[in-house]
Amino acid sequence: MELTTVWFTLIAVLWIGYFTLEGFDFGVGILMPFLAKDERERRVMINTIGPVWDGNEVWLLVAGGATFAAFPQWYATLFSGFYLPLLLILLALIVRGVAFEYRAKHDSVVWRRGWDLAIFWGSLLPALLWGVAFGNIVRGVPIDAHMQYTGGFWHLLNPYSLLGGLTTLSLFLAHGAMFLALKTDGPIRLRARALALRLGLVAAVITVAFLLWTQVKHGSVSSALLFVAAAVALVGGLLAILREREGWGFAGTFVAIGLGVAGLFTALFPNVMPTTLSNGISLTTTNASATHYTLTVMTIVAIIFTPLVLVYQAWTYWVFRQRIAVHHIPDATPEYEGVTR
Amino acid sequence: MDLTDIARWQFGITTVYHFLFVPLTIGLSAAVAGMETAWLRTHNEQWLKLTKFFGKLFLINFALGVVTGIVQEFQFGMNWSSYSRFVGDVFGAPLAVEGLLAFFLESTFLGLWIFGWQRLPGKLHAACIWIVHIGTLLSAYFILAANSWMQHPVGYQYNPKTGRAEMHDFWAVMFNKVQLVTFPHTIIASYLTGGAFIAGVAIWHVVTKKTDRELYRKAARLGATIALIASVGIVFSGDISGKVMTEVQPMKMAAAEALYNTEKPAGFSWFTIGTPNGQSEKVAIKTPGLLSFLATGSFNGQVRGINQLRTEYQKKYGVDPGAKYYSGDGYVPMIPVTYWSFRLMMGFGGVGALISIAILWLTRKGRMPDGRWLKWAAISLPLLPLLANSFGWIFTEMGRQPWAVFGLMTTSNAVSPGVTVFEALLSLILLTLVYGVLAVIEVGLMLKYIRAGVPELTDADTTNVRPPADDDRPLAFAY
Repeated sequence: MELTTVWFTLIAVLWIGYFTLEGFDFGVGILMPFLAKDERERRVMINTIGPVWDGNEVWLLVAGGATFAAFPQWYATLFSGFYLPLLLILLALIVRGVAFEYRAKHDSVVWRRGWDLAIFWGSLLPALLWGVAFGNIVRGVPIDAHMQYTGGFWHLLNPYSLLGGLTTLSLFLAHGAMFLALKTDGPIRLRARALALRLGLVAAVITVAFLLWTQVKHGSVSSALLFVAAAVALVGGLLAILREREGWGFAGTFVAIGLGVAGLFTALFPNVMPTTLSNGISLTTTNASATHYTLTVMTIVAIIFTPLVLVYQAWTYWVFRQRIAVHHIPDATPEYEGVTR
Repeated sequence: MDLTDIARWQFGITTVYHFLFVPLTIGLSAAVAGMETAWLRTHNEQWLKLTKFFGKLFLINFALGVVTGIVQEFQFGMNWSSYSRFVGDVFGAPLAVEGLLAFFLESTFLGLWIFGWQRLPGKLHAACIWIVHIGTLLSAYFILAANSWMQHPVGYQYNPKTGRAEMHDFWAVMFNKVQLVTFPHTIIASYLTGGAFIAGVAIWHVVTKKTDRELYRKAARLGATIALIASVGIVFSGDISGKVMTEVQPMKMAAAEALYNTEKPAGFSWFTIGTPNGQSEKVAIKTPGLLSFLATGSFNGQVRGINQLRTEYQKKYGVDPGAKYYSGDGYVPMIPVTYWSFRLMMGFGGVGALISIAILWLTRKGRMPDGRWLKWAAISLPLLPLLANSFGWIFTEMGRQPWAVFGLMTTSNAVSPGVTVFEALLSLILLTLVYGVLAVIEVGLMLKYIRAGVPELTDADTTNVRPPADDDRPLAFAY
């Protein structure tokens, strides 16, 4: 296999890692105002993702860095082109990250309400906008002969890409509810389970519509197989949660998101950013890539360290495998115990 | 303002802001790891109290370091896409490796450390914070290697066919001679920052508190000792750094000194006012021969001046590459900025070292100082290294101008051609506003937790009994 293909695949893997992992913590963040009945339940929800959200987000940073190194042209065109949506995502991720860490560090209702808003919007915006961005990448955007995006902001808001946004949003919501059903206990677990089923049904309808549209306009045989497999996984997850099998339910949305993203990348290949202009240039794995030497160095680094990352991240999930219920939440958290001045 | 100005202001603001948190993260992670290890070794509860106290302050600081780092990963592509296309083959690699080797390590093991009290065995818990510290060092190494390449590009070849710089020697990029002096200089500065923070916070408690004074005195001495040792290291690494800079970026050295004409021997300027166009000096107070020594290692060495270097650069790189930026003509950085930032870096660092010595002296042999003026020393000590760090970076980045990559690409050629002034301005304004609000919140929280002081320990804290996974009791730690 060409090294450029290897790196296209690795970048797909990084995005799969990002969406399957941060997808559920986005879902948890958006569901917080709806699923939690009181402060203790809100804290249950936050504590299910507390130890892991940051590690999940690193998948995005590494995807960004790897694109910079392996496909500099792709990195430059994409991020300078999708400027405003990306800016919104960055702002959202900034306030959201601080919110998780600071919310429990001061005992005041106003303070917590403020950070709750930051968590909600900071999770909702990226969950929606990543789908819009990927919709546009697959659909193609105006890129001129100098590899510059020329479409402006409004061009990115087209029906197909907006459906893509709804797809990621609804999938992440269902994924988050599945995660909460798996990671909590008590009444909130039952509510999460019921919600996961309903959200999963909505997500299934939207996702199937988006994947069908993608397949008809941009698909290949292999993308069709991946999309079908993704749909099967999603339906399997729904059946599992219907039968109160939370682990399998979560696995269902996890695999569905992973295979869906894999299918999108397959539909994209060998382009990385197709152009819609007749006199423009489509960015491909070949014309957007770094040199063979750089790709070789990066491949060696990736082969050595990626398995290591997977091992210790998996271990974290094992350490924090305990289900959390309201009675696990300490009254005054050690965070602000004795710090009331 | 045009696009280049806006993009530069954003890069400056977001990077200096990000770097307020980074050195403290590096310095405090090491200190907290040391404290936790000392607790495990000695079972002296004071160490555990300090671990928890400074651990909390470390986390308040770390949160902002992480989220502001996200912007750094993406703004090269957003605002500097021409730069990204030109250097991606070389510059992207260390960034990607940094993510894979360092960011995963830091974020994962910090999560384990925060939530892992009483869930992990004591030694494993302490290992987590040591691993976080190693992660911060790795992160620093790769990002500084990337920056050093911009100061002194090596291990690459310019390919006229693709019109970009292409890497042919990864190890040359990793062991760039600028990197080999920049990395120690930056890391030692981070330990200085951490030590000064600990000493300042602790001596404030010694002066103002009635309780736990013996504990804070110990912490103040520890912090001041770290800061003092680091100060010595800073002088040596800075000295070598200056000599390497003189060799590879002579204009930056000349600009640091406002040395307009070549001198042999050259005096070190303590105070110079030059004409605004950077052509000549008006008033100067100098120590003869000192600059020659700093730049070349000999009191009689020749140091090239701005005017001679400008002529040299014009011959080598053509007339005026970067167009309208700086000093009326192409190759000279903004002299007042480089001259004063260089002095402020050394000045703030130096005052920090003096205060550290004063603290060590006043707390010697069991003495418990209570001079009220010490309160002011306590408040200023943590801030001084932060200022020194910021001016250090302002100096090294402004001194590289008009180049984005020295000798290869000017800053004005590096910006994104497709981005509008409106987009860039919106980005600059929104990021600055959000960063400003977060700064107020962060400082507020920091002060609150500093005032609260070391926590009282419970039996669970000191015995580290690990409950089973299906335990029904409240968690030892929760948000």
